[in-house]
Amino acid sequence: MRTGLSWDPDFIGCDAGTTDFGPYYLGSGESNFSVNALKRDIRLILLGARSRRIPAIIGSAGTAGADVHLERIVSLVFAIARDEGLHFRLAVIHSEQDKDYLVQKLHENRIKPLRNAPLLTEEVIHRSTHIVGMAGAEPFQEALDNGAEVIVAGRSSDTSIFAALPLQQGLPPAVVWQAAKILECGAACVRQRKYPDCLFVKMDPKGFSVEPPNPEYSCSPVSVASHNLYENANPYLLVEPSGILDTSGCRYEAINSRAVRVTGGRFTPAATYTIKLEGAELAGYQSIIIGGIRDSMILRQLDSWLNGMETALKDRFEAVFGPEISDRYTLYFRVYGRDGVMGRLEPQHHIGHEVGLVIEITADDQATASALAKSAGHLAVHYPIPEWNGLITSIAFPYSPSELERGPVYRFNMNHVVEPHTPGEMFKIEYFNV
Amino acid sequence: MPTLGDLAKLIRSKNAGPFELTFDIMFEDKENYERVKQSGRLSRELLAGLYGISVGDISLIEYDAANAIKVTIPRPCISGDIGDGDVFGGQQYGPLVEIEIP
Repeated sequence: MRTGLSWDPDFIGCDAGTTDFGPYYLGSGESNFSVNALKRDIRLILLGARSRRIPAIIGSAGTAGADVHLERIVSLVFAIARDEGLHFRLAVIHSEQDKDYLVQKLHENRIKPLRNAPLLTEEVIHRSTHIVGMAGAEPFQEALDNGAEVIVAGRSSDTSIFAALPLQQGLPPAVVWQAAKILECGAACVRQRKYPDCLFVKMDPKGFSVEPPNPEYSCSPVSVASHNLYENANPYLLVEPSGILDTSGCRYEAINSRAVRVTGGRFTPAATYTIKLEGAELAGYQSIIIGGIRDSMILRQLDSWLNGMETALKDRFEAVFGPEISDRYTLYFRVYGRDGVMGRLEPQHHIGHEVGLVIEITADDQATASALAKSAGHLAVHYPIPEWNGLITSIAFPYSPSELERGPVYRFNMNHVVEPHTPGEMFKIEYFNV
Repeated sequence: MPTLGDLAKLIRSKNAGPFELTFDIMFEDKENYERVKQSGRLSRELLAGLYGISVGDISLIEYDAANAIKVTIPRPCISGDIGDGDVFGGQQYGPLVEIEIP
């Protein structure tokens, strides 16, 4: 980062969030990284940016970018500023969405599903624990216009964080959005990334050059072009709130052994400005049991044995908790060594000399999930096969107690875009003199 | 006969958002990339059979700039939902590695 700063940057950007880690973070409001790790990175960014009097722009704060995540990061920013004696104008951009606003947009038919989207109804909006919109470049530009020197934003489009300031300086959108896509994962576009690090891009009206400041890293035309593939359904098309970047005509040329120049992207402004939504809702409370099976006699009839066990467990649950329990839980067997990794997508059907079994019970409260898991564990561990006469112990539990409480579990419930009247209306901005 | 795993420098899978899975099959040079492309072996029909999904759900894109082939399919289970076994979608490329390329 010190090397990058010596190359005279106009700003430092940081994409701090993702849905990679699953629905738990948006659902619960927790962050994926520890406060220690967050503080270490934010301190470096703030010290670097303030030393050169350039903006620091952090988007998708705290993993999922809802208000609770944003507050966590903003309080760290204040704490670091106090410790280091830093003074700056801070803008905080909120991405958490007002449910009444979304319900109104839904009724106005201004929320549209993307591919493979679940059904979105008023009930889904109301039962979500958090819903965020992915900010485009405009809220960042508004904050910069109002003198922000440090911006911390909730959920943002990965690229908007890096596109806002260069667009404001008048650089062509085709150059800026392509450069921003290459920047959004830092050193991910180098030949061989050993650990996460930063990346430096220089934009001009014709194109941009990309070079990793870390002397151990280098970029090649292929390594840079390859980054268009990453986490993106189509490497040629990048959909942004304000338009679509088409990289099919891009040229990637080596400047030297470690820097690459990119030209030739095209940007088509969207007819309708759209903001992508992310939502999560509580799916229940979970308890799980982890075990292993080694007996070849059981393994050769594994599917029928598990089917029989499932029926026996359901009968036992009703016997213990009453018939009304059947609507209050789900039971799922995950079998490692059979299809534990791929589930329905798994083409192979043979199993090896042992399998791992995870019994998952999800109920509408933790006490029920755990009570069911206790019953399940006791019944499952002695579940018989016809070949052995007498009581068997058929599952190896690695832990005592064998049941583990997983707490609340969540589900992503939206893959939609909103058509706001203005790019800024979904993103409230607060300013502080730190 | 070499496998796709023998010819590629990297085969990987990952979420493209929580509702889609995307696969990157990347080659060191044009030679292996073109060989796989020309073989016609890596088709949407083959992938549909391998993953037990319909041909219409599969997007397959040849990306010459990076000597790469990209495949995207809907997730059978939303990332991290009950029943999902791979939150990042990172281990769904397994069956691709063993595809034989004539």
